[in-house]
Amino acid sequence: MTLLDTTPGAAAADRLNSLDVEAVRRDFPILHQEVHGHPLVFLDSAASAQKPRQVIDAISHCYEAEYANIHRGVYHLSERATTNFEAARATVQKFLGAKETREIVFVRGGTEGINLVASSYGGMAVQEGDEIVLSTLEHHANIVPWQLLAERTGARIRVIPVNDAGELIMEEYEKLLGPRTRIVAVTHASNALGTITPIEEIIRLAHAAGAKVLVDGCQGAVHMEVDVQAMDCDFYVFSGHKLYGPSGIGALYGKAELLEAMPPYQGGGEMISRVTFEKTTYADIPARFEAGTPAIADAIGLQAAIDYVTGLGLDRIAAHEHELLVRATERLGEIDGLTFYGQAKDKASIVSFLIDGCHPHDAGTVFDHEGVSVRAGHHCAQPVMDRFDVSGTVRASFGLYNTLDEIEALARAVEKAKEMFG
Amino acid sequence: MSDLRELYQEVILDHGKSPRNFGRLAAPTCEAHGNNPLCGDQVTVYLTVADGVVQDAAFEGRGCAISMASTSMMTEILKGKTIAEVETMFRRFHQLVTGEDGDDAADLDEDSFEKLIVLSGVREFPMRVKCATLAWHTMSAALKNGGDGAAAGEVTTE
Repeated sequence: MTLLDTTPGAAAADRLNSLDVEAVRRDFPILHQEVHGHPLVFLDSAASAQKPRQVIDAISHCYEAEYANIHRGVYHLSERATTNFEAARATVQKFLGAKETREIVFVRGGTEGINLVASSYGGMAVQEGDEIVLSTLEHHANIVPWQLLAERTGARIRVIPVNDAGELIMEEYEKLLGPRTRIVAVTHASNALGTITPIEEIIRLAHAAGAKVLVDGCQGAVHMEVDVQAMDCDFYVFSGHKLYGPSGIGALYGKAELLEAMPPYQGGGEMISRVTFEKTTYADIPARFEAGTPAIADAIGLQAAIDYVTGLGLDRIAAHEHELLVRATERLGEIDGLTFYGQAKDKASIVSFLIDGCHPHDAGTVFDHEGVSVRAGHHCAQPVMDRFDVSGTVRASFGLYNTLDEIEALARAVEKAKEMFG
Repeated sequence: MSDLRELYQEVILDHGKSPRNFGRLAAPTCEAHGNNPLCGDQVTVYLTVADGVVQDAAFEGRGCAISMASTSMMTEILKGKTIAEVETMFRRFHQLVTGEDGDDAADLDEDSFEKLIVLSGVREFPMRVKCATLAWHTMSAALKNGGDGAAAGEVTTE
């Protein structure tokens, strides 16, 4: 993984200037509407991002001109659909820096990717008394599949704590690692606080202890350039819908030698080599893990989304988002009566906070009446909310289409909520 | 802004900030815990019921202004009501906040029910209806499960 330099030098600054946010916004039809009489200010991309015209068109084009089931028909359309679907896989491979296309498994999203690994790899590698290391920052999707595995096998879950800034306490992590550690499953970036984890160090230490590492990249892949080979993770998952692509599609990267050793996750068509009632032999990877007809058009939509963000430049997007984060932190910091959660040194463009005397859901409703869409609640990350002794927070998350003016709208919305509840 | 004021009327903001009957009863005959997993709201309702009449009501918990106000106002209204009256009120309250049509119960104390009408604004906010009804579901569970003064009930909005 390469952490992007978000403090651009002269050359990078030129490139930053050339990121035309207004032009970007024209690519997103949904942004141009009013909510409760105010222009829509969409600050919930960490939950799910909006889709550019290019993604919408790619999906439409697939259904209008190039759709058939894949890997089946000997006819022209099926061959074209198959070619396009496999081209999408190659795009994901390149995007993640994987060595081979067969290391990319299409899944419904990050959640399914984690369940696949917990069930298939976990089932074969984890036994009673073994340990699975998670972190306090994890989304429920990177907790519950491991708990199910632990219940099935008698394994034990151990949890890396965080400090008051919302950063993982690495000394504690090192102490958790031991001869029984089989799997470390940690997020690349926290969806609730924005914390970017020192993932390379986490992986290095886990490998030294003989454990495999799954990285939840649902936020990471959106905000940072990912190179799974440099990172040396064993598994990496992400969801298309947070990356400006369609919902219902995501990818799991797994090292080829691990995927090859793993049993199927679900049974069905596509994942077999030969079926008789006596014995079924399974297909090679990645088909072994892709039972049933996949989300064909959505995979092509995901490819369009990846092409879109890489076309704009991942470094430019990261620099723009960083600028938004810095401005939002400064601007909201000027307002009295706000408490911020998550002040890690390395942060994705997420600001999590509470307004004194105002429950996050009340804030969310007031904001909505100012046209501002934010997430209010526990962000499917209750353990980290418990860590900070809150039931939830207000979370503003910034994407490539957000502007500095929208941060002003957010600040105005905060003032409105204070007026009503302060 | 106008429909926002419909939702957050002054009386709701007041009950939200200074909830009445907040705390636990010394010797409740029934209680239940309510949980809205969507937003993390938690409420425990305590009731003292004797001779089929609610003698006292109180609650503890945390949540948004709507859920705090709704619970606070409910505990005020329940006192002195028979179980049958309470059940009718719950039905009418549910209709009030969801906007569903229902039977007009004859045996309703209209004067005390009127106080709840300020909460009708939530019907325009589908995501917030459960904030208003959590208290009532929890109270109903308390009456059902704790009628014998024993086990505390548990209710969730999901």
